[in-house]
Amino acid sequence: MSEDKGVKTLAKVDAIIGWRNLEIGCAITEPGSSRKLRTGDWRSQRPVTDRDKCIKCGLCWIYCPDIVYSPVRSGYFKWDGDYCKGCGICAHECPKDAITMVMEGE
Amino acid sequence: MPKRVGIEVSLAASEAACAADVDVIAAYPVTPQTHIVEHLSELVADGELDAEFMSVESEHSAMSACIGAAAAGARTFTATSAPGLALMHEIVFIAPSLRTPIVMVVANRALSGPISIWNDHSDIMAERDCGWIQTFAENGQEVFDLIIQAFRVAEDPEVLLPVIVNMDGFTLSHVIEPIELLSASEVSEYLKPYNPQMVLDPKEPITMGPVGVPEIYTEARYQAESVLNGSKKVIVKAWKEFAKLYGRSYKPIETYRTQGAEVVLMTMGSVTETAMTAVDRMREKGIEVGLMRFRLWRPFPVQEFRRAVKGIKALAVVDRAISFGAQGGPVCSKVKSALYGAPEQPQVFGFISGLGGRDITVEMFEQMVKKTIRYAKKGKGPMYELIGVRER
Repeated sequence: MSEDKGVKTLAKVDAIIGWRNLEIGCAITEPGSSRKLRTGDWRSQRPVTDRDKCIKCGLCWIYCPDIVYSPVRSGYFKWDGDYCKGCGICAHECPKDAITMVMEGE
Repeated sequence: MPKRVGIEVSLAASEAACAADVDVIAAYPVTPQTHIVEHLSELVADGELDAEFMSVESEHSAMSACIGAAAAGARTFTATSAPGLALMHEIVFIAPSLRTPIVMVVANRALSGPISIWNDHSDIMAERDCGWIQTFAENGQEVFDLIIQAFRVAEDPEVLLPVIVNMDGFTLSHVIEPIELLSASEVSEYLKPYNPQMVLDPKEPITMGPVGVPEIYTEARYQAESVLNGSKKVIVKAWKEFAKLYGRSYKPIETYRTQGAEVVLMTMGSVTETAMTAVDRMREKGIEVGLMRFRLWRPFPVQEFRRAVKGIKALAVVDRAISFGAQGGPVCSKVKSALYGAPEQPQVFGFISGLGGRDITVEMFEQMVKKTIRYAKKGKGPMYELIGVRER
């Protein structure tokens, strides 16, 4: 997803575009293109899951207000930093305290 | 050949929207605009106009509904006046940025306070920078014609911007005038069905009006600015074609007896006809005075204006609104800035008059011209003055 290029109206993707290339009225003509807008870049903390403690309940996936967590075949939930703003809801809701918020850069 | 009928100008405005075969009208009644939407609701109820008439709970909702309708591809019309326009304010700015070609008649009325239902231009001057195309009508016939032309310009694929047609409250809106009404079939030759470039359609979903992050907001605004400035050539062309079909000619700036004039009055709207009488009277007395009127206010016709002032020594600009604290009316300020750096620069003197329904008489125009002649001779005058204001 994050490799996609050439979205017309989303400046924060890979290219900053000029006004002549904007759609009429700055409309977005590609449904679902907000997935390409990587909103995770203002995060200061990131959640780290301790899989030894994780019971695969999926509450992180359910409570995440964005699309950061997704189930993988092993039953765990994969984290996608492109969208994670570091809000910490997943860490707060985890019934096993398996998720800790870590400062970015640490 | 269309017949001339005696009709209230507000009703003629409704008939124009009807002749343009509008699809959606969303409006809220407010004096002095009420007759326009009242008559439109009758036309819809009587089956004479096949349109959706939305009685909304406020003007904020009226403009929001209009934007939604236009975004869905409907030909959309609304009308309002001062307090209603002020309540719309937030949404008025959204219409051009979404490029929705709505046509709105503003029956100009003074903004409160003190509370006034009467005519001046303070309502529209508060929306001066909203990004809409804005025209001012002088009489009822012009109101009718400007509405028809507004749809054609607004819906042009190179424009796609909303248009405000200004008409003076009461002095036009409530006056019965002889007007040539064009029927829908007569208009259809000039105004083709609306062919939207972009529509809200569940089958092909798009997003109109998304967030504009700092990385894109400037570009989005410049698109709107660039299209508005570029719309002038489409407007002029639309007016020329209207003249070819119906015989009435329209220009961004109208002039009256400016040939050999040393002093020229500058007006907008219906006071222009009183000013014409004043010019005629002064010309009889040998005073070399003429008259100029802005029909097109936004985009401001800079080139036409600079051409029109060639050879003129002084301009007496009449504003019908105060630009508080700016020490000059909005029209005079624009006129001065348009002349800065121009090859020919007449002296400019600003007069504010006709506020909140007070008449501007022939004598008052004469007074402004006399003052202008005196100031021009001296080479200086006050920054601006209110004509007819009592001191005590």
